[in-house]
Amino acid sequence: MRLTDLTKQAGEWLRGAGPMHDVVISSRVRLARNLAGMPFLSRCSQDQQRELEARLRKELLEVGLAKEVLYVDLAAASDLDRQLLVERHLISRQHAEAGHPRGVAVSGTETVAIMVNEEDHLRIQVLRSGLQLEEAAQEIDRIDDLLEERLDFSFHTRYGYLTACPTNVGTGLRVSVLLHLPALKMTGEIEKFFRAAQDMRLAVRGLYGEGTEATGDFFQLSNQTTLGRTEEQIVSDFLHQTVPRFIEYEQKARQALLDRRSVAIDDKVCRALSLLRSARLISSEETMYLLSLVRMGVNLGRVTDVDLAAINELFLLTQPAHLQRIRNGPMSPQERAEARAKFIRARLGTG
Amino acid sequence: MKIKCDKCDNPASVHLTEISGGQKIEKHLCQDCAAGEGITVKTNIPISQLLEDFILQSGPGEELADLACDVCKITFGEFRQKGLLGCPHDYDAFERALLPLLHRAQDGTTQHVGKVPHRAGSSQKKQNAILRLRGQLKDAVASEDYERAAALRDQIKQLENS
Repeated sequence: MRLTDLTKQAGEWLRGAGPMHDVVISSRVRLARNLAGMPFLSRCSQDQQRELEARLRKELLEVGLAKEVLYVDLAAASDLDRQLLVERHLISRQHAEAGHPRGVAVSGTETVAIMVNEEDHLRIQVLRSGLQLEEAAQEIDRIDDLLEERLDFSFHTRYGYLTACPTNVGTGLRVSVLLHLPALKMTGEIEKFFRAAQDMRLAVRGLYGEGTEATGDFFQLSNQTTLGRTEEQIVSDFLHQTVPRFIEYEQKARQALLDRRSVAIDDKVCRALSLLRSARLISSEETMYLLSLVRMGVNLGRVTDVDLAAINELFLLTQPAHLQRIRNGPMSPQERAEARAKFIRARLGTG
Repeated sequence: MKIKCDKCDNPASVHLTEISGGQKIEKHLCQDCAAGEGITVKTNIPISQLLEDFILQSGPGEELADLACDVCKITFGEFRQKGLLGCPHDYDAFERALLPLLHRAQDGTTQHVGKVPHRAGSSQKKQNAILRLRGQLKDAVASEDYERAAALRDQIKQLENS
C-alpha cells in the first residue's frame, strides 16, 4: 500500500454515514503511551529517538493492526505528503512540522493512525464516521492490548499510564467528536455552545485539532480529564451526556431557522450551490464556507440532487495538498484556485 | 508587520475571512476579543497557564523551580517553561510540586482507576534502573567513552530481559 493510494478518495470516517451524521461528522479516540525505561521524547538524544522510531516501526508493522498497514517515515517524506496526512487528520500539524526521527502507521481504511515520536512515544488514534465512540473505544482497546503484548508501557500504580504532559496522565485517553454547527453559528447562538463546553470542562478546537482556531462551522469537542475515571466512564459520559446536548442545540437551531426563515435559508443554500457549480476561481476558505451551507441544505432536505458523501469528500479533496497530489505537482495559489473550481464543477456534475 | 486587533490595540492573532452576500469581510482580532465574539474559546486551559496560576499560589517558587530529577536531570523550572516532563521518574521526583497541578488539571482526582496493563509490566524500580542506565549511556556516547557505552548497553539488555 502506498501513500498515493490514499488520495483518490476520502477515508472511511468521512463517508457521511454513521449515527447522527447530520451533526457529528466523525468520532475519534486516542491513547497516549510511552515505553518504560526510556525518557520522554523531548529528553531523548537523537540516537534514542532513532532507536525508538526503528523499534516502534517494526512492531507496528508486525503486530497485525489491520489487513493493510502503511508506515510513513515522516523525516524522509516530502512537505506535500506530510501536509496531505494533516489534511486527512492522520497526523497533527506539530508532528508534520517537527524535525526529529518520527513516523505514522495508517490502516488501509484510515480508521487507525498511530503517530510515533510525537509528544509521547505513541499516539494511537481510531476514527469512525458519525457518532460511534463506543465502537472506536473497543477498537483502540484491542490495539492497545496487541501492542502491550510486545511493548512495556510506562505505568505507575497511582498515576496510571505516564505521559510527557501531565494533562494526559492516567488513562491517556482523549475522546472527541467533530461537529458541524452551521445553524448555531448563523443564529448567533454559538456562544451558548462555547459556554456550555466551558462549564462541562471540555476543550473546543478547530478543524485540525490542537493549536488550530475554532473558526468556521466545524468544531472539535473533547474531554480534558484523563485521570481518576475509568475509560468506560469517560467514553460513556461523553457519548450519553455531553454530545447529545450539543446535537440538540444544533438541531433546535436548524428547526428554528426552517420555521422562521425557510426562504432565506433556501436562498443561502441554493446560492452557495450555484456558486460552487459555476465558479472559475475559488479559494479554500470560500469553498469551506459554501460547502458548509450546502451540507446543511442536504441534511435539512432542501437540496436533493447532491449526495452527502460527495460534499464530505469535497471538503477534503479541495485542500491544497490534495489538489496538488491529484494534479501531480506543485501549483501556485492562483493555479490552485482554478484547479479547485474545475474539480468542484466536475464533482457536482456541471463539468 | 503586526496586525492590530479590530476592537482594541492588542496584536491580532485570530484572522477570519467571511464571505457574506458575495462580499469578503476580513476580521482581525486578539484572543480576548475573539473569545468575546464567540469566534474562539479559551476552554482548554493550557498547561502553561495552569503552571503560572500554580506558581502564583505557591508563593516562593524558586525552591520548587530548583527541584531536579536525578534520572533525567530536568528541573521543575524547565518543566514549567516547556510544559513537558523529561522522564517517567519525574512524577515521583516532582510529586510535591506536581500534585496540586494535577489536582487542578484533572478535576480534583489524582488516583488512576482505569486500565492496568495485563502483563504485570516491569516494576517501578526496574523501570527507573533502566532509565538511569540509559542516562549514563547517553553521557558515555557524548564523551566518546565507547567501552563504557558497550558495557552499559549490555547491562540495559540484561535488565530488560530479566
